[in-house]
Amino acid sequence: MRTLLFRSLLSAPVTMGAPKPEIADLEEVGAALTARARKLFGRSISIREVDAGSCNGCELEINALNNAVYDVERFGIRFVASPRHADVLLVTGPVTKNMKVALERTFDATPAPKWVVAVGDCAAGCGIFQASYAVVGSVADVVPVDLHIKGCPPRPIDLLRGLIALMDLATAGKRA
Amino acid sequence: MAMATDIAALLADQAPLPGHEPWPRYQVDALLWTDIGRLLGAGEGDLLGLWAERDAVHLALRAPTLPSPCVISLPVTDGAFPSIGHHHAPAIRLERAVHDLYGFIAHDAQDERPWLDHGAWGVRVPLGVPEEVSPRDPADYPMLQVRGEGLHQVPVGPVHAGIIEPGHFRFTANGETVVRLEQRLGYTHKGIDGLLTDVALPQAQRIVARVSGDSTVALSFAFARAVEAALGIAVPERAQVIRGVMAELERIANHFGDIGAIGNDASFPLIHAYCGIFRERVLAACDALFSHRLMMDEIIPGGVVQNISAAGIAELVAALDEIEPRFAQIVRLYDDTPSLQDRTCFTGIVSNELVTRWAAGGHVGRASGRDFDTRRDLAYAPYLGLTLAVPLFKSGDVDARVRVRIREVEESIRLLRRWLAALPDGEVIVNIPRIGEAREGIAMVEAFRGDVLVWLRLDADGRVARCHVRDASWFQWPLLEAAIENNIVADFPLCNKSFNCSYAGHDL
Ligand code: SF4
Repeated sequence: MRTLLFRSLLSAPVTMGAPKPEIADLEEVGAALTARARKLFGRSISIREVDAGSCNGCELEINALNNAVYDVERFGIRFVASPRHADVLLVTGPVTKNMKVALERTFDATPAPKWVVAVGDCAAGCGIFQASYAVVGSVADVVPVDLHIKGCPPRPIDLLRGLIALMDLATAGKRA
Repeated sequence: MAMATDIAALLADQAPLPGHEPWPRYQVDALLWTDIGRLLGAGEGDLLGLWAERDAVHLALRAPTLPSPCVISLPVTDGAFPSIGHHHAPAIRLERAVHDLYGFIAHDAQDERPWLDHGAWGVRVPLGVPEEVSPRDPADYPMLQVRGEGLHQVPVGPVHAGIIEPGHFRFTANGETVVRLEQRLGYTHKGIDGLLTDVALPQAQRIVARVSGDSTVALSFAFARAVEAALGIAVPERAQVIRGVMAELERIANHFGDIGAIGNDASFPLIHAYCGIFRERVLAACDALFSHRLMMDEIIPGGVVQNISAAGIAELVAALDEIEPRFAQIVRLYDDTPSLQDRTCFTGIVSNELVTRWAAGGHVGRASGRDFDTRRDLAYAPYLGLTLAVPLFKSGDVDARVRVRIREVEESIRLLRRWLAALPDGEVIVNIPRIGEAREGIAMVEAFRGDVLVWLRLDADGRVARCHVRDASWFQWPLLEAAIENNIVADFPLCNKSFNCSYAGHDL
């Protein structure tokens, strides 16, 4: 194990194989994000993820932001365990009726100023589950949404670009 | 009349209904339905699914004395049917779901509490004869009573601390030891059974692919095979192998995610970091080949959407070449770290008796000695005629569930290499014929977490009259309640991760 640890310490940051062009943009996107977070918050941003009824595909990609390839903590993005510590709520899924109250409570528990990002086509108003008796609708039908990130699911790099857009909106003082 | 002791003998005189492929479907009466339930309870067969439509309940089962799985259907005329759960506990939650959706009462059921219906829909029995009702307080749900000296309760969820799906867990503990865990699920219920009633085929296909995003390939695979069985479509050989490639890529991507996450929950982030990189590498390759990291909507009835080019094959092989030796290193690290095994060995044990009774698939079953893998035991293309090593462990603990995944990753890589070295030539899709009559199909596919089942009926116009999806999680979630018993509360995340059941796949 020591050899492995040692090698991890000495080796360059992880890039395996030929990365797709969008992953090559990662450093650039990350730097843009860090700069905005510093300006807006003077520190990192804390994000709380809420699954309001997703198929779990969006969660897989949000989770990927924490892996060693994206490693978003280095850009000043932290996923926190409680809405009480969060600046931003990332909400996925069409909001199911069974999750509506939990989403509202999570929103209420998040201290102002706060921003809500609806992640994925479902959260933005996914046609596929819309007709159901069990679904309230998109996230915006339940809590005020500042930004939508499209995709089914959005790629991790799209999530990062979305967060940049969010911070530009916030700096400009525009609230949805 | 002496009671038959064998399911095959009970069904021997029954003629299968026409137009149901590839396994038979029998219409049965309440007596035969009950007798089969009793035999399932006596361990004579596995329950594979139980679902309803407006005028019937259906039960899929498998028994060693039967040549193939089958479906039995009981017409429901007076809004009730004899409970299978009364004899065979794995049916209990399924019957509660049927009751919530269709209003059918399971006679003699031991647990009559609602399951998916949290009182928030504004309607009762939405798929039966719906009745508008005013919402109930979702907290108004009688949890099971636990009495004893020094017991306290810890409620957790539905919103959890990590980036995971919602569900409620109620722990009753004595000090830090869990005496009982009770789950309450259904939070992500999206009404999928309703959405899969009288719907155009392409729409049904997209919905099924989104029943549980982590198993999207396996679910689409099962859906496509059910349609193909119903309509008698032969899929080109190249498409079959590409399906296999996608299914195994999905399996290893998820297993890497799980092995890493279990390592993380056992306070060993190094494994998490490496497995995260492996997973990412696989997903990047999937993206390059199929323009979608999770390969969603790639398998459709008739074949696959995208062909693989020679460059694509080279890209995949390169990814496997990078991953394989590094993964072997991580496996050695796991083997050589007693402090890690101290957390995983003897933690969260599930008995062989339970996995057998519940017919629990995937790593949950195989870690506790249940020797079943759909790819081998109900083989389908491209697994037909292959010798597949199915790892089997007896200890039933977190460690065994990790080891099943490790061996499966190795086996999947072997399969991938073999297929990629000799991909058959030819087309990758055929047209779906118009049959002009109603047909029914059923299929099971081995997803990374176990067997998924898709059953459907197509009408004469080729629309989906009714489709039902049963995820592996239905028969795994209840065993997690057993696994955590007598463990400490703090080991719950570890046990939970080692199962990694799907909330979405279960809640539908
Ligand atoms: S947007 Fe797509 S991946 Fe995300 S929850 Fe909806 S169906 Fe799943």
